[in-house]
Amino acid sequence: MSDAPHILTLKIDDQDVSAVEGQTILAVARENGIAVPTLCFLKGLSPVGACRLCLVEIKGVPKLLPACVTRAAEGMEVTTDSPRLREYRRTILELLFAERNHVCSICVSNNNCELQSLARAQGLTHVRVPYRHPRLGVDATHSRFSADHNRCILCARCVRVCDEIEGAHTWDIMGRGIDCRVITDMNQPWGQSDTCTSCGKCVHVCPTGTLTEKGVAAAEMKKRQQFLPYLTAMREERE
Amino acid sequence: MTPEELRELAARRREELQEFKYRLNVCLAAGCQSCHGDSVYKALKAEVESRKLEGVQVRGVGCLSLCAEGPLVQVEPDNLLYQRVRAEDAPELIESMYGKPLKRLACPTDAPFFAAQKQIVLENSGRIDPESLEDYLAADGYEGLMRALTEMTPAEVIAEMTTSGLRGRGGGGFPTGLKWSTVAKSKGAKKFVICNGDEGDPGAFMDRSVLESDPHRVIEGMIIAGYAVGASHGYAYIRAEYPLAVKRIQNAIKQATKVGLLGEGICGTGFGFTIEVRLGAGAFVCGEETALIASIEGKRGQPRPRPPFPAESGLWGYPTLINNVETFANVPPILRNGGAWFAGMGTEKSKGTKVFALAGRVKNTGLIEVPMGITLRKIIFDIGGGIPDGKKFKAVQTGGPSGGCIPEEHLDMPVDYDSLAKVGSIMGSGGMIVMDETSCMVDVAKYFMEFCKSESCGKCVPCRAGTDQMHGLLSKICAGEATMDDLALLEHLCEVVKNTSLCGLGQTAPNPVLSTLRYFRHEYLAHIQEKRCPAGVCKIKAAAEVHA
Amino acid sequence: MSAKIRLATVWLDGCSGCHMSLLDIDERLLDIADRIELVSSPIMDVKGFPENIDLTIVEGAITNEEDLHKVLAFRKNTKLLMALGDCAITGNVPAMRNTFAIDDLYNRAYVENADAEKQVPGAVVPRLLDRTRPIHEVVPVDVYVPGCPPHADVIFYAIAELLEGRMPDPMKMGKFG
Ligand SMILES: Cc1cc2nc3c(=O)[nH]c(=O)nc-3n(C[C@H](O)[C@H](O)[C@H](O)COP(=O)(O)O)c2cc1C
Ligand code: SF4
Ligand code: SF4
Ligand code: FES
Repeated sequence: MSDAPHILTLKIDDQDVSAVEGQTILAVARENGIAVPTLCFLKGLSPVGACRLCLVEIKGVPKLLPACVTRAAEGMEVTTDSPRLREYRRTILELLFAERNHVCSICVSNNNCELQSLARAQGLTHVRVPYRHPRLGVDATHSRFSADHNRCILCARCVRVCDEIEGAHTWDIMGRGIDCRVITDMNQPWGQSDTCTSCGKCVHVCPTGTLTEKGVAAAEMKKRQQFLPYLTAMREERE
Repeated sequence: MTPEELRELAARRREELQEFKYRLNVCLAAGCQSCHGDSVYKALKAEVESRKLEGVQVRGVGCLSLCAEGPLVQVEPDNLLYQRVRAEDAPELIESMYGKPLKRLACPTDAPFFAAQKQIVLENSGRIDPESLEDYLAADGYEGLMRALTEMTPAEVIAEMTTSGLRGRGGGGFPTGLKWSTVAKSKGAKKFVICNGDEGDPGAFMDRSVLESDPHRVIEGMIIAGYAVGASHGYAYIRAEYPLAVKRIQNAIKQATKVGLLGEGICGTGFGFTIEVRLGAGAFVCGEETALIASIEGKRGQPRPRPPFPAESGLWGYPTLINNVETFANVPPILRNGGAWFAGMGTEKSKGTKVFALAGRVKNTGLIEVPMGITLRKIIFDIGGGIPDGKKFKAVQTGGPSGGCIPEEHLDMPVDYDSLAKVGSIMGSGGMIVMDETSCMVDVAKYFMEFCKSESCGKCVPCRAGTDQMHGLLSKICAGEATMDDLALLEHLCEVVKNTSLCGLGQTAPNPVLSTLRYFRHEYLAHIQEKRCPAGVCKIKAAAEVHA
Repeated sequence: MSAKIRLATVWLDGCSGCHMSLLDIDERLLDIADRIELVSSPIMDVKGFPENIDLTIVEGAITNEEDLHKVLAFRKNTKLLMALGDCAITGNVPAMRNTFAIDDLYNRAYVENADAEKQVPGAVVPRLLDRTRPIHEVVPVDVYVPGCPPHADVIFYAIAELLEGRMPDPMKMGKFG
């Protein structure tokens, strides 16, 4: 009896929805076919609330809260789309495009990139902040994969999948602020990593053309992320 | 030790102190140390020894407040204060004790700098030897703890804190009693108490001074908190750049443990509490509570979204109380004198006192403690002695990189949490920088943005990339190369970064820009439209050069 | 039907792929031909800058002094300006040079990699600007048509909508970047 999940009712975009206690606003929204843009979130990995694209308005709460980590609560009134939210989301995407060198036309992930799709969905026409054009490198030392830092948005999906799913913790983030960079091991070339198992999970969870398989041409890289919910579901069952 | 034994210890020390007819208190806190206070201390000690004087004690003490005039020496029993003392002055100073006060070095203690202050947090600062437990005990130290443990239930302690109206001194101003009761109510197999001594605001040294001048006070506050919320272990997180503070707090922990004020069965009661010191590696963001907790856990010091708040799920997932150094330092006197006593000071919603590090373009810079509700004018012109060199006051900055600049028209406003917020600044942790007409407000905003940009942890997009872009735009304005479109973009980014960043660093990073835009927009416009820096700070190339 | 609209197309720092795509509109060009008067284009030989232009379509990023001069002149003489393709909108491939110092670029192109006449050219070649910029960083842009190159259908849609006096939303047919 006491194990029965507690059911909550709330409103998302004026729609009455129900949730199981503990569910995030994002999970409830998606169950009900309400689209909320996300970038750092990936089902199966621990949520970090870093990209800020999934911010929603909650009645009575002065701050915007990330749907991917905020739990649904009884009587909550959530707004996932408003002119203000759209404007903020667009600006965040612009900041990402300007931060590094996303030259989409020559990217192996062109047309199969989550950043691009979000830009389209949010109606981005141009980037209003100046492009920074930092000088960043490509690490092609791994026999099967390569890492193009020009296209990294620091979502830390690679770090999380490698640590939480593969258990190798090859990836991490180094530096502060605008100088942050993903690194393998203690900032050694990927090809020389002692911990990398070459499983390729990071490549497939990477939302952009940063981590890719070698030997694909522009616009040819398609990521396959289906393994992740499958793996996590299997693990949960075993536990 | 039992309370009786501790009180005996205190009584004995009081007697010992009485044995000295004269006492020379030499400030050995960071400010005076940096201008050779230690050599003054050694010279005075040597002088007393070589003259074989009886009844004269030379003591190293904590901050004596007027850092700008250091090294400072205070002479008891007459409470004369001497400034800018050098080692060579030792013989003359010693002789003056028996004769006339030494006019040449005298520091007028009846001046408003001292008279307008009200000391609670700093009551022992400069009056006790920070390395002596007995000194602290003799000044009623640990009386608050003993009262809490022997006469009160945890709920009563929390009620006392609530009555006091104390609000967090770490910047946010969250009601301390409410925080304590939330942690007390949270369920967890274990609970923790953390003292936030990361103090990363540029130019701030309030917490450092408390830790260096009166470390037992902070420990006492933490133990009382542990008792109130049901925690048996605490962490004192102190930035590694404060070696003296670290040394003194470690020393104090050792002393307190020795007499049973820390450990099992404190003061013969059933309550046990231990404290460990953790060092911060100098990242501003590690002062943010969730980043600080990550850092103690051995992870990268990055904030995580709240809720859940540490009070529900903090260190290793357990309910955790985290308070600032100055907040803890207020706890012992509240328990000693009662919450109502504390609530009798200050304004309706801001009780007690606040310690500020007064700096910038004022005559008297230093560490001051003032009652809440005092006006900014009084702080700057009475305590601070006004602006030097006949210059005109322009603005006062409170709250460091998260705060704002307040202009002349608001100087008669009372200093409390709500009034400061109303004019676009914040109380912050206690940085207070005075600026005169030689400061360019765009340049000031740029300085703080540069700070936020380099201290951003990089986790969330708006802060990581937004502070960099805002800094770029401010630099462009300062260089006289910006357009009105750039200004509009800057204002837009301020709004986005403020409302979408993950933690307080990003959420408040636009504040210095917003407040200078609010009061000094004309200075921005002068740079943009007239290619001119009114204060003459920014180097703007002549129009011809720009296009060349 | 009112008078013909005066159209100009401009080729700045781009590969001319956008102009190729424009021509790929093929026979549909004929549908709109009688409603357009082409006043300036790289496929024509026009000296100077025409005035009273209704729509200027710009391909390419702004890289050198000549690009800057052109874009300012056309903006002054046109009612609407369309940024056509990724180079015009984001800087794209031409802007990749922004991670290098200008002197290094000149040196690489004209000295290190030159077979003969190892020398940085003088006034005959327009000087590079400090960095390559997308159009909207320099002059206001009214319509953005993304793609590298944009598909002929998207270009046709955008022009056709403008001819009907409506603001097109090409983003819903293309993609950003
Ligand atoms: C970027 C940032 C830096 C902070 N730095 C400090 C600090 O150095 N010391 C501090 O006590 N609180 C700091 N805080 C506030 C803490 O997160 C927390 O609110 C405080 O320690 C709570 O204590 P209090 O309630 O006693 O004020 C900081 C917050 C942010 C967002
Ligand atoms: S490499 Fe890819 S997955 Fe990793 S942080 Fe960068 S964008 Fe995200
Ligand atoms: S606001 Fe800044 S400091 Fe805070 S999490 Fe985001 S990047 Fe890190
Ligand atoms: S998806 Fe929620 S913050 Fe990134």
